[in-house]
Amino acid sequence: MNPALLGLLTIVIGVGGCVGYFYFSNVFLDKVLFPASGPNASRNINRANKIRPWLFLAPALLALGLYLAYPVFETLRLSFLERLPGGRTQFVGFDNYTRMFAEPKFMEALRNNMLWLIVVPAGSTAFGLLAAQLTDRISWGSVAKSLIFMPMAISFVGAAVIFKLVYETRPEDAQQIGVLNALWLRFDGGIGSFIFLKIVPAILLLGFAAALAWIVWVTIRKIREPRLASGLKIVFALLALLMAYIAVSSVLNAGSVLTAELDYGTPMTWLTIPFWNNFFLMIVLVWIQTGFAMVILSAALRGIPEETIEAAIIDGANPFQIFFSIKVPQIMSTIVVVWTTITIATLKVFDIVFAMTNGQWETQVLANYMYDKLFRANDWGVGSASAMIIMLLVTPILVWNVYNARKEMR
Amino acid sequence: MDNIAGTKSTLTWAVHISVLALVLLWLFPTMGLFVSSFRTGDQITQSGWWKAMFPAELTEQFRAADPDENRIETEAGVFVVEGDFRQEGLGGEISTWGTSSRDLAAYAPGDTADLGEGETFTVNADGTYVWQGNADQIEGRGQRVFITALEPPEFTLANYDQVLLDPRNSEGMAKAFFNTLTVVIPATIIPILVAAFAAYALAWMDFPGRALLIAAVVGLLVVPLQLALIPLLKLHNEIGIGKGYLGVWLAHTGFGMPLAIYLLRNYMVGLPRDIIENAKVDGATDFQIFTKIILPLSFPALASFAIFQFLWTWNDLLVALVFLIDSSGETTVMTKQIVELLGTRGGDWEILATSAFVSIAVPLVVFFAMQRFLVRGLLAGSVK
Repeated sequence: MNPALLGLLTIVIGVGGCVGYFYFSNVFLDKVLFPASGPNASRNINRANKIRPWLFLAPALLALGLYLAYPVFETLRLSFLERLPGGRTQFVGFDNYTRMFAEPKFMEALRNNMLWLIVVPAGSTAFGLLAAQLTDRISWGSVAKSLIFMPMAISFVGAAVIFKLVYETRPEDAQQIGVLNALWLRFDGGIGSFIFLKIVPAILLLGFAAALAWIVWVTIRKIREPRLASGLKIVFALLALLMAYIAVSSVLNAGSVLTAELDYGTPMTWLTIPFWNNFFLMIVLVWIQTGFAMVILSAALRGIPEETIEAAIIDGANPFQIFFSIKVPQIMSTIVVVWTTITIATLKVFDIVFAMTNGQWETQVLANYMYDKLFRANDWGVGSASAMIIMLLVTPILVWNVYNARKEMR
Repeated sequence: MDNIAGTKSTLTWAVHISVLALVLLWLFPTMGLFVSSFRTGDQITQSGWWKAMFPAELTEQFRAADPDENRIETEAGVFVVEGDFRQEGLGGEISTWGTSSRDLAAYAPGDTADLGEGETFTVNADGTYVWQGNADQIEGRGQRVFITALEPPEFTLANYDQVLLDPRNSEGMAKAFFNTLTVVIPATIIPILVAAFAAYALAWMDFPGRALLIAAVVGLLVVPLQLALIPLLKLHNEIGIGKGYLGVWLAHTGFGMPLAIYLLRNYMVGLPRDIIENAKVDGATDFQIFTKIILPLSFPALASFAIFQFLWTWNDLLVALVFLIDSSGETTVMTKQIVELLGTRGGDWEILATSAFVSIAVPLVVFFAMQRFLVRGLLAGSVK
């Protein structure tokens, strides 16, 4: 049958089936099982009302349970099994995990994913905050916002094609059609190149390190507060350590940026430069997620009470002080929500890597590694084990979200 | 804020300029794809798309007319072929020309090239040419000429014609477009219906375990769908669905369910309690309250989830790869087709750009048309 017709039929059957289920199950409950008449009318009404919620919930619970909850446990089980010829399986304990951790490609994926987890949420939130703050102050801000927000609607695959064109490389004597190479070839090693390719990046890196150092300092101050639970203290201390490490390494990197020998005049194949190519892939996700961060942060910025800002202005605060000392602390909880949401999206990143490099040239990430193992190597054990690693990384955020949701309901 | 004392006008200018720079930076990559999809393959490879608005130097290869049919003996032993390259598609002003691919800029218009042993070739500024030599030289195939001309900007719809309307469908995009639609429409409508009932139960019905269920939905919101691939593929194979539309519809329904329930419940909880209680007093059943009161009032939330689900299913690659596309490739979707083209036609930017633009055009239209609902949904889902 024609798939379009099949689709139409499914809509009719699916929608009709759903409506029919809800309608007839209610009728059945009220008229046949516990009729609201006769000697037991009031008891029957109560009984029916006890059952009705579950009638409403049943299809959704089935979908949730079968398509999300059950797979978590099944994947956990599969990660301890090895498939034997003939469809049998054998329990192998942590064998899949040890095999996986011994594989250099997995360690590469893990390292890259960590890099993604730092750069993409930080980059998107920072750009989003910047865009939100700037666009809120001008008349054509809503137009600007909707244009920055637009990549949200573009698929990862579409974005991959878009950025492949940006990164395209042509031989040295031909015209460059990729924007990045065309720009790159304008630099010839003169004073302009020195400013734009060495001084500016070095300043940016140092600024990033300074921002991190400030956050570390704030975190340490928070840890020393006696009211804080000791569990949270440990988490904060670990985070502070991690950020301190990143800050130190970015200071060191700033030094190496200044002294690096750049290959002026030669077109670069950007996606094949090990380590740095990861950043060229991350730019794609930052480009997509910035709009999301901007929309949410801009709503949060508008929710800040005017009086606090007016009071700061009267006290003589300059715009930067207003932004960093008055506004940012007030929207901190929203920043955390945005950050974690983007973190989850980053953890699952698959399409971009799959379409642009497929994990070659040391750009592997966990989700693509898993896909490789599952469907190319057909190794379900290691594939499931790597899926469990992704789950493990998501779990802290899951617990945090559930904790917040419960707190809110009380 | 702007009228508050203390805001400086120079700063306002800086804000305008930085926003403009940011917007341009964000638009630039997409513009590249858009402009490239209206250029021919030759144009794309010969100049960057940002130069497309200006005349460009373009080198093209031409061949003189077939000597065996067109040559004229002007005097004894001297044969001449004359013609006009303009009629063969040469446009613009000729800047240089050459007869060898190694030296494209050997001659200026009007020059006469000496091809050895008395054979000559002349290309004039107006595109006409004269090829002269003896009987042995003026025969076989026409002389090759490389002409570099300043071509005026030119855009074409030929790429779209080839990608979408080509009857042989060599790029497979037309079919993939309909396959994507077939996946998307049921995968958007069915979860809404199922989730709306559940959201109503979680928002307005009292039963033991409700708080626990809501917490579970919040938890499932972040479970990576990667975990579901193998168990569900196994399940689908065991119950006989295998790979196909039914499987992908079910999968999208399941994966979209937590967000749907979460968004709709958050919205429904905020509806005024009085309306619902009045209806109950008047003897309405829960089913009636839901269909007659809750559903119409929840339209904004339904719309915002519908957009989410639409964008997500339209743009999805992984779920389609795992649950839909079998070895026959008959059910391929656009995202998969584009990845395929990236592999097989990596250098043919006119095809790649057009295909990619076809696939992102529909979500972009939906995005700009329904942005209001999308933003509202995002805010409901994230800001608490």
